[in-house]
Amino acid sequence: MSDWPILSFLIWLPILGGIAVLMLGDRAGAREGALVFAVLTFLSSLVLLGYDSAEGEMAYKQSIPWVNAFGIKINYMVGVDGISIPLILLNTFTTVIVVLAGWEVIQYKVAQYMAAFLIMEGIVNGVFAAMDSMLFYIFFEAMLIPMFLIIGVWGGPNRIYATIKFFLYTFLGSVFLLISLIYLYSKSNSFTLTDLYALELPVEAQMLVFFSFLLAFGVKIPMWPVHTWLPDAHVEAPTGGSVILAAITLKVGGYAFLRIALPIVNDAALQMDWLVIGLSLFAVIYIGFVALVQDDMKKLVAYSSIAHMGFVTLGLFLVFRLQATYLGGDGSTGAVMALQGSMVQMVSHGFISAAMFLCIGVLYDRMHTREIKAYGGVASRMPWFAAFFVLFAMANAGLPGTSGFVGEFLVILATAKANIWIAGLAGLTLIIGAAYTLWLVRRVLYGKVTSSEVDQLQDLNRREFMILSTLAIAVLWLGLWPHPLTNMMEASVAKLLEVIAPLSEIGAKGAVK
Amino acid sequence: METVYLAIPLAPLLGAIIAGLFGKQIGRNLSHWVTTGSVALAFLLSLFVFKHITLDGGAVYNGAVYTWAVVDNVKMEIGFLIDNLTILMMLVVTFVSLMVHIYTIGYMRDDPGYQRFFSYISLFTFAMLMLVMSNNFLQLFFGWEAVGLVSYLLIGFWYEKDAAVYANMKAFIVNRIGDLGFLLGIAIILIYTNSLDYTVAFEKFEVHKVNLPGIFPLTVGPLSALDGVDALDLAMVLLFIGAMGKSAQVPLHVWLPDSMEGPTPISALIHAATMVTAGIFMVARMSPLYELSDIALNVILTVGATTAFFMGLVGIVQNDIKRVIAYSTLSQLGYMTVALGASAYSAAVFHLMTHAFFKALLFLAAGSVIIAMHHEQDMRKMGGLRRYMPITYWTALIGSLALIGFPGFSGFFSKDLIIEAVGKSGLVMANYAYVMVVLGVFVTAFYTFRMFFMVFHGDERMDDHTLAHLRESPRVVTTPLILLAIPSVLAGFLIDPVALGDFFNQVLLPAKEGFRDVTTIMVDGSKHLAMSQLRESYHGILGFIMHGFLSPALWLAAAGAGLAWYMYMKNDELADWFYDHFGWLHKLLTEKYYLDTFNQKVLANGALYLGNSLWTLGDKLLIDGLFVNGTVKVVKRGAGLISRLQTGYLYHYAFSMVLGIALMVAWILFAYSS
Repeated sequence: MSDWPILSFLIWLPILGGIAVLMLGDRAGAREGALVFAVLTFLSSLVLLGYDSAEGEMAYKQSIPWVNAFGIKINYMVGVDGISIPLILLNTFTTVIVVLAGWEVIQYKVAQYMAAFLIMEGIVNGVFAAMDSMLFYIFFEAMLIPMFLIIGVWGGPNRIYATIKFFLYTFLGSVFLLISLIYLYSKSNSFTLTDLYALELPVEAQMLVFFSFLLAFGVKIPMWPVHTWLPDAHVEAPTGGSVILAAITLKVGGYAFLRIALPIVNDAALQMDWLVIGLSLFAVIYIGFVALVQDDMKKLVAYSSIAHMGFVTLGLFLVFRLQATYLGGDGSTGAVMALQGSMVQMVSHGFISAAMFLCIGVLYDRMHTREIKAYGGVASRMPWFAAFFVLFAMANAGLPGTSGFVGEFLVILATAKANIWIAGLAGLTLIIGAAYTLWLVRRVLYGKVTSSEVDQLQDLNRREFMILSTLAIAVLWLGLWPHPLTNMMEASVAKLLEVIAPLSEIGAKGAVK
Repeated sequence: METVYLAIPLAPLLGAIIAGLFGKQIGRNLSHWVTTGSVALAFLLSLFVFKHITLDGGAVYNGAVYTWAVVDNVKMEIGFLIDNLTILMMLVVTFVSLMVHIYTIGYMRDDPGYQRFFSYISLFTFAMLMLVMSNNFLQLFFGWEAVGLVSYLLIGFWYEKDAAVYANMKAFIVNRIGDLGFLLGIAIILIYTNSLDYTVAFEKFEVHKVNLPGIFPLTVGPLSALDGVDALDLAMVLLFIGAMGKSAQVPLHVWLPDSMEGPTPISALIHAATMVTAGIFMVARMSPLYELSDIALNVILTVGATTAFFMGLVGIVQNDIKRVIAYSTLSQLGYMTVALGASAYSAAVFHLMTHAFFKALLFLAAGSVIIAMHHEQDMRKMGGLRRYMPITYWTALIGSLALIGFPGFSGFFSKDLIIEAVGKSGLVMANYAYVMVVLGVFVTAFYTFRMFFMVFHGDERMDDHTLAHLRESPRVVTTPLILLAIPSVLAGFLIDPVALGDFFNQVLLPAKEGFRDVTTIMVDGSKHLAMSQLRESYHGILGFIMHGFLSPALWLAAAGAGLAWYMYMKNDELADWFYDHFGWLHKLLTEKYYLDTFNQKVLANGALYLGNSLWTLGDKLLIDGLFVNGTVKVVKRGAGLISRLQTGYLYHYAFSMVLGIALMVAWILFAYSS
């Protein structure tokens, strides 16, 4: 079994499955076929749980020379460690959910719809497994296509504007990413990530590369001020598209920061960390206030996603300060905690945002509106739905016992080690996050029944109930016992930290400010 | 024994899950049996633990249940610390909860959300037990927020009522403000101890204090303006901000009066007896740390004293029976807080206990009145209920006497002890606090008996229909009243062991070195003298009562009750005279010092205004309008210009080709010639 190329399997099975479903066409069976492939991929991905997390090494590696022409070598090189495995599992899990969520709702071009998500799944697995930067880039770019189609074909009335905006934004970043990778290749003669890690570049050169990375990944995650594509994309996307967008593609941005940007141009990142930390705080506070005043449920959750991603970038870029302010003694600087907090935040946000968008989808399927004003008193007509919605809302507000708490908790604890003021500002999310989430709950669920449409609402059907309870279990499990997750990534994170900001060097580089 | 400890919180959780998820299937009766039974079990097991550890001298338990996560060498665990402080809290929580469960059977009989209600209050019991049984900051924070969640759910239990869903959101958000402080406090403790364990924190901070006298380095960085601030002081004040939210201290008290929109049983359980005392418990639990920070103690003293007096004043002008009791709760929580500030932790916890009994009693009695009045809560429409509801009347009288501190009743002992302790405290703010708590006694007695006379005495002011149906509440309602009335009288006699004795293993430094064995309350006797002086001057219960007669507090209480009697029973012109001459004061009090107005107008509306401005100006106008759409416009215009070149006429293309070739030739010639 050890030679079995499980990662390639996880990348290509859903893509081939997607093509097969596409061939099947809109005949009956497209849904079932897609489900079979999604479940099969998910079950296969569980093999990765056997990863030996003690050393944190790359495992399940596979490397094939792919392009070797005109002196350019690109390797099809894949492998995963404790950082990528949780994200791959999140991806395969979410795809099953998405296929189920579109079961009855999607009636137009079903096969294409399902195929798009399956292909997306394979591509994203490729992003998380790539050990070659050009391979990464190709998957990174390829993600755009299915998502572009999902929004453009099954989206809302204003979908063209949203897709163009989505495409332009992300493409803008990608162009610079490509140039940077080519530049790095010209210096190191390799696209392999570990070679790029080892590359010693002058800080001035790193700066340019850093900013192009920042643009490419900052758009993806997204960071303020390159975030405005996300609310539009969400509003126009079908429910499944929103779920994948929030749960998976945003994570690609965070993952890329951790895997590509920080280790390759660590000297530049060290010098510019104040910028990203500032932007992260901006995301948490500014976006939090913006979320408060949204009238559209999806927009509200989209903005809340941006705020939550602010915690991810905050945790990632804090490592330099944490390593630099280390006082000695007990053997932990807080940097590992910050990185782990960011990672947990990503995984947790995957579950919570998926659940929130699905909940909105449940309402939208019944009422065909996402205007908060159109609702009120839903709790009395849909008690089960209300129970789930309150649970996920609380998770979104970071209530302990839910997954939403873990990442925020770890990042805030780590931040305080670097600077108590930054921790205080980031911690404002405790208040702002609760305000916008609970106000949403109050306006949608509580109060008297406001209209005859609400009056006739039916509670969750069995399919919806099953989907939401699966996510509820995930959210609670991660909140009550995050140990398996943190344990899986700890060694890998520590290993990567040695590349990003080794404690032995960081002081010499003048990080102590 | 571990199994027993584990079973105590899990039993109510199980009950909550059964009643919550399967309430419809198992029906109303089984739902209340399951939940009430599980809480009864938790109470009995708590009694068993009480016997095992407290009476038989069993070992204090401090151990982990499971590892939540290990991150960056910090072991985060879920675990229990079972000592006398915990046991006392467990007994209070499970006993009051049991009473409330029984009472609810009667009170919520006709409510469609019957099962849901039982599920919530059992869930609350679980969360509260997790909070008090914790041995680490992580679980403390979990319980802290979990009780907040259940409080949110229960305040908004009648979710169709606008006032209720406004109040529950307000409660949650105001509590979150405190929680932010709480979390930052925990973070600072983690920096210096690299652990979330209580005992490690107690120990390490003492070591730090010895090794690094003065200032802990707090931050290194350009944003740090806190160099020069002692990290421990900061951490303790921040933790106390958390307590201010949960235990409703000024200015984070605003949520508690509004929480009265929830059903009355939870007002008794959560918003009087247990949850709101979590902050008091927390500070008492952290006494080894608070003892190291006089700054924090002064803050506590000031905040508590302010709350005790000024919130009591607001209670005077309330006409809603539940709101009077709510303001009284605020004021009493202030008393407990003051005691903490005076390093009289055991007195604070003692008052917490007696207050839990008599305040739960008063709330449940009020609930009994409210049932009889057909859910009318305005005292101006009550009166003369004494004749119709004898059990409620007598139990309410007992509760009221305990509240105002009538000699011999439980509240007398606990409150007198607090006043004495504040009087003996040597902190800077002690004088202010002393004046406030002494005057507070008068205020307490006045609003309590104002309420008592308005409800039970005088003329019947309700409408005829209500009057015709007035009768005593059913047995499930009155039984808890009687059961709570007993400790409301007698609990005070525990003053000897609990408050002044060694029940909490009070360690009076420097009598004992090191913190390793200390799991309970610790007072630094060399700096904070109040408690040791009180212990010395205490000569038995009788002496304490006799001494009470010599203190101003008792006479102020008598005066307050007497004035209430005169104003509301004898001569109502006095009240009119007061309105005429002190209208501004009355207005100030009915407006609750304009704090709610300020919060709504400035903070809430300000946040919305800010959000709208950021959105419309920042996102829509600047980013989207200028950059995104601006770029699109520029690209479009540019494309338009370029597309004009694509004319389709052959001679245009031919001409441009010729031009191009000419330019290239010129360039080559130019390049090679030089």
